[in-house]
Amino acid sequence: MADADVIPIGSGGRPGRGTGRRTTPSAAARALAGTPRKKSSRKAADNPGPVKEEAVPTAGVDEVGADAVPGGMDFAGFERLVRDTFGAEGERKVAEWLAFLRRRLTGEYEVDEFGYDAELTDQVLLSVLRPLAEKWFRVEVRGVENIPDTGGALIVANHSGTMPLDGLVTQLIIADHAHRPLRTLAADLVFQTPFVGELARKGGATMASNDDAERLLSRGNLVGVWPEGFKGIGKPFSERYKLQRFGRGGFVSAAMRTGVPIVPCSIVGAEEIYPLVGNIASLARLLGVPYIPITPFFPLLGPLGLIPLPSKWLIEFGEPIRTDDFPEGAADDPMLVFNVTDQVRETIQQTLYALLMQRRSVFF
Amino acid sequence: MVTGVSRDAGARCARRLAADPSIDTVIGIDVVPPRAELGRVRFVRADIRNPVIAKVIAGEGVDTVVHTGVVATPGSAGGRSSMKEINVIGTMQLLAACQKAPGVSKLVVKSSTTVYGAGPRDPAMFTEEMAPRAIHQTGLSKDAVEVEGYVRGFARRRPDVCVTTLRMANWIGPQTDSPITRYFAMPVIPTVFGFDARLQFLHESDGVEAIHHATVQDRPGTFNLAGDGILMLSQAIRRLGRPALRLPSFTAASTAVVVRRARLADFSPDQITFLTYGRAVDTARMRTEFGFEPAYTTAQAFDDFRAKLGTGAVTATARLLKGALRG
Repeated sequence: MADADVIPIGSGGRPGRGTGRRTTPSAAARALAGTPRKKSSRKAADNPGPVKEEAVPTAGVDEVGADAVPGGMDFAGFERLVRDTFGAEGERKVAEWLAFLRRRLTGEYEVDEFGYDAELTDQVLLSVLRPLAEKWFRVEVRGVENIPDTGGALIVANHSGTMPLDGLVTQLIIADHAHRPLRTLAADLVFQTPFVGELARKGGATMASNDDAERLLSRGNLVGVWPEGFKGIGKPFSERYKLQRFGRGGFVSAAMRTGVPIVPCSIVGAEEIYPLVGNIASLARLLGVPYIPITPFFPLLGPLGLIPLPSKWLIEFGEPIRTDDFPEGAADDPMLVFNVTDQVRETIQQTLYALLMQRRSVFF
Repeated sequence: MVTGVSRDAGARCARRLAADPSIDTVIGIDVVPPRAELGRVRFVRADIRNPVIAKVIAGEGVDTVVHTGVVATPGSAGGRSSMKEINVIGTMQLLAACQKAPGVSKLVVKSSTTVYGAGPRDPAMFTEEMAPRAIHQTGLSKDAVEVEGYVRGFARRRPDVCVTTLRMANWIGPQTDSPITRYFAMPVIPTVFGFDARLQFLHESDGVEAIHHATVQDRPGTFNLAGDGILMLSQAIRRLGRPALRLPSFTAASTAVVVRRARLADFSPDQITFLTYGRAVDTARMRTEFGFEPAYTTAQAFDDFRAKLGTGAVTATARLLKGALRG
C-alpha cells in the first residue's frame, strides 16, 4: 500500500516520499487502482465537472503506472473525456483531427508545384462546401461514369450564377463521386484578389492558360474549365442558359496537344442562385472588376443578399469527345479547333435544354 | 577565372573549382579582397567595371570565365546605383573583354530566376522559353534581365564560345547570407495579407556543384536550377516555428523601409512582389540537357537552413507551454 501514495500533479510525477525516481507503482497498486478507474470514468461521463476532481488522485496513480510518463495524465484525461463524449469511432476522428492540426501548425505537409494543397482541400475546403451542395442546392449528378477513372481528361462546363459557385460545386461533386481531385482553371482576376487567389491555388486552381492546362493534363490530372469565363458568369438573368462564346478555343487545343478526352458537363440550377438584374458598370470600371452585380437582394439587403437562393441543381456529364485520333498538328489548325469547340458547345447547350425540360421547378 | 570572389557564393565556387585537379589555375577577381579563405585560388584585385579586366584575361591566358559577380542587395554594394553599375556595366565590360580575348572558350553566368519576375498572371511553372509576364522596373530582376540580354548578345557575336546561363532559384543553406535568409531569420516575419507565395530553393552546395558542373562540362544554353518541389511561404514560416505578421499589401513598402532601418533585412520592390506571388520554374531541362541532379529538394534545403537558424518563438513557446502543462 505504501506505493499507492497520491502522486501530486505538479511534481513531474515523482512521489513525495521514497527515492524520487520510481514512477511505476507496484502491481498491487495497479490492481487496486484498476477497478475504481472504470467507476470514475463512467461517473465522469455522467457528470464530468465535479467528479473529475475526486477522480484525479486515483486515476493519476493508475495512468502514471500505465504510461510510465510523468505528466502523461493530462492527455490521458483528455483522451478519456473524448472517448466518453464521442465514442470509439469519434475518438479516432478526433485523434485524426489533432494530427491534422499538428501537421498544419508545423508545416509538415506537401504542396504540389501549382500550390495545390491536397490535405487542406480534402479536410477543410470540401467539407465546408459539402453541406452547401448537398443540403442547400441538393445537387443531382448524372453520367459520372463518363469521367475516366485514370489519366487526364478535360471537363468543360457552362458557367453561370454571378459568383463562380458552380466551379466549386463541380469540384466537390467530382471528388465525392469520381474520387479524383478536379484541378480548375481560373481567371487571372482570381489570383490578383487577396485571399481568393490564395485559397484558389490551395484548392487546386491555376491560371487559365495553355501552359498550365497542358502541364496539368500531361501529368494525368482531371482539369475543369469554364470557357465562357466572365461573359457566362456575369450575363443578365434574362439570358440564362444561353451559352456565350467559348473563349478562343484554347481549351480544345490544350486537350488536342495532350490527347486527352473532353468531357462536356452541363450544370442546371446555378443560374438562379444570384439572379443578375443589373450592373453598376461605373463602379466596376473604377475597381477594375468585370461587373458589380445587382440582384433582387443585393445590395438591397446588404450581407443577407449574399446568401445564394436555394435552387435545385442538376449536373450531367456527357459522353467524352476523343481528341487523340486527330492527326499530328491538329491543335494548330484553327478551323478544326473551332469545329471541335462548337461541337462541345452544342452538346452542352442541348443537354442544358434537355435538363431544363426535366426540371419540375427552379427550387424543387 | 571567377568574378565576385569576395562574396560568399563566388568564394565557394572558386574554392570548389580550385579543389578540382583537372583545372590548372583558378583566378579570383573582385574589387575588395575576400574575407574568406580561398585556398588554391589566386586572387587578383581588379574591377570588372574597368577595361583593365581585359588585360587580366589576356595576361593570364584565361580560357573559362565564371561570372558570379551579380549583386543581389543594394546594401552590400553601397546603394542601388552602385549595384546597377556593378551588375550591368560590370557585365558589359567583362563581356567586352571576353569578346576581344581569343583564348576564352567558355562563359558560365550565374543568373537568377528573378528574370521571370513575379505576378498574379504568371503560369504555374516557368520554362526556359517563357517570357516574363510581370517584371519590375528596378532591382535585381531588372538587372538580371539586362545581364542576360548582354550575355545573349555575346553568344551571338562569339558563336565559338560555349555560353551557359544558370537561372538559379534562391540559394538557401546554413552559410548563405542573402535577403531571403535574413528575411527568414527575422524574429517576427512580415508577410503580405491574403497572399501566399510559392517558393523554390536551391541548396547552396547544389548551386556550387552546378557551377562546377557547367565549368567542367560543355553544356551550352540556359537552364533553370531549383530543388524539387515547392514550399508555400506560410508553410516555410510554420516550419521555422516563427510568428508571421500578415500586413496588407499597401504597407509592404513602408514595412520594408522599417526593416531596412532596423538592419534586419534588405528588400527591394521586386522581392516584395516575389514574396507576394511567388514563382516556380520547370527544371526538366536541368536533368535532360544540363545533366545535373540537385542533392537537396526545396524542403530538404530549407530544413538544412532551419537547423542552423535554431528554434523560433512559436516553437519555443509551444515547448514552454508543454513543459508547464507537464509541470
